[in-house]
Amino acid sequence: MAPTDLEGVLRALDAEPESQLLAGGTDFMVEVNFGHRRPPSVISLRNVRSLRERRRSPTHLVLGAGVTYADLAADDVARDHPALTAAARTVGSPQIRNAGTLGGNVGTGSPAGDTLPVLAALDATIELTDTRGAQRSLSWEAFFVGPKRTARRPDEVITSVALPLLDGRQDYLKVGTRNAMVISVAGLALVVDATGRTVRCALGSVGPVPLRARAAEAWVRDQIDWDALRVDDPRTYETFADMVADAARPIDDHRSTAAYRRHAVRVMASRALARLL
Amino acid sequence: MTTPVAETVSYSLRINGERHEIRDAWIGESLLWVLRERLQLPGAKNACEQGECGSCSVRLDADLVCACLVLAAGVVDASIETIEGVTDGDANGSANGLSRVQQAFVDEGAVQCGFCTPGLVMAVHDLLDSNPQPTDLEVREAISGNLCRCTGYGRIFEAVRAAAAARAPRSDDNTGMRG
Repeated sequence: MAPTDLEGVLRALDAEPESQLLAGGTDFMVEVNFGHRRPPSVISLRNVRSLRERRRSPTHLVLGAGVTYADLAADDVARDHPALTAAARTVGSPQIRNAGTLGGNVGTGSPAGDTLPVLAALDATIELTDTRGAQRSLSWEAFFVGPKRTARRPDEVITSVALPLLDGRQDYLKVGTRNAMVISVAGLALVVDATGRTVRCALGSVGPVPLRARAAEAWVRDQIDWDALRVDDPRTYETFADMVADAARPIDDHRSTAAYRRHAVRVMASRALARLL
Repeated sequence: MTTPVAETVSYSLRINGERHEIRDAWIGESLLWVLRERLQLPGAKNACEQGECGSCSVRLDADLVCACLVLAAGVVDASIETIEGVTDGDANGSANGLSRVQQAFVDEGAVQCGFCTPGLVMAVHDLLDSNPQPTDLEVREAISGNLCRCTGYGRIFEAVRAAAAARAPRSDDNTGMRG
């Protein structure tokens, strides 16, 4: 089934609550191809034009759930949230970036999802609509509850992600075994809010959900010359990196070891802070 | 869920400009499977079935994608272009029916076992259609989703350069048109 508007999706989901919602297919079709999933019915979101929209309010950039990783490379996204564009560019290959969507990344909720640390660093909210038409917004912290587990109810559709607009530099760094077509071993988003005089740092692939390095954030904001937007004491980078590494909760798995992941987080934290301040 | 479910659907797909009817197909079939097993269009190759290798690259509404990750029943309204369409559709290609990109792959020795070639040719067409004179870095990024285990990619980069040159307007042609 391939409805062309959100109302059609909600009606179809109401009629067949067991339906799988399908966005870009880059996660779901792998499971189907390998026989791990046999969905009784599928609702394709591909033709729902409203889900592809990008909107900018005075305070937020609102991205439809169907916005692809390729769309996230667009100038308007890169201008407002360069870390999100950087993260999207590290995903897969051109083929994957043309298909995979922001809503899919969020809905799958893999700890390795590359946009997730950026959403965490930006304090994004996830917007959902249920089959009765009721809408709710969840903070990223309330939404991501475990590895591939989210607070989305089966009768809800993810419609958009709202990202507060900030004044300041941003970056996303990722470690994997090669540059292209690689699932993250560890990822780190760093965001400077020059107006609010805060630094936000979030980690991916080193915990069951994206993690914020809050102690490191609180410490580093007092080490910054906010008028000059720079760090004066060069030892700040190493201390910040150690504190960020302490916030990681990595595990050993088939992709890497906990020890290497913590090391990678430390290096990325120092490097990202040096790039931005 | 392990319970077998026999949900079947009938639909049609628009592939290389032609409508193809698919009858009583399992709802979970990928576009790649439908192309190869139901429609006898075996140009897109089946290797990893998880979007890692690019051997099944096709264009879906002008976007390069992996056919193995596309649910066939979900793209009934889309325009699908496969390697078979590239061969037939490029009237400006060489006399033997190959597109300029395909001819460049042959001329430059960019084909060894040939398994990755259809996907790479699709990726290169996709690149050159939007960016006729790509830099080396842009070429690398454009084919980063297509694995070749034979050539080491050197010959493939040469083929992309040759194809870009072959498609570029000739110096005596001031119209800016290209084939």
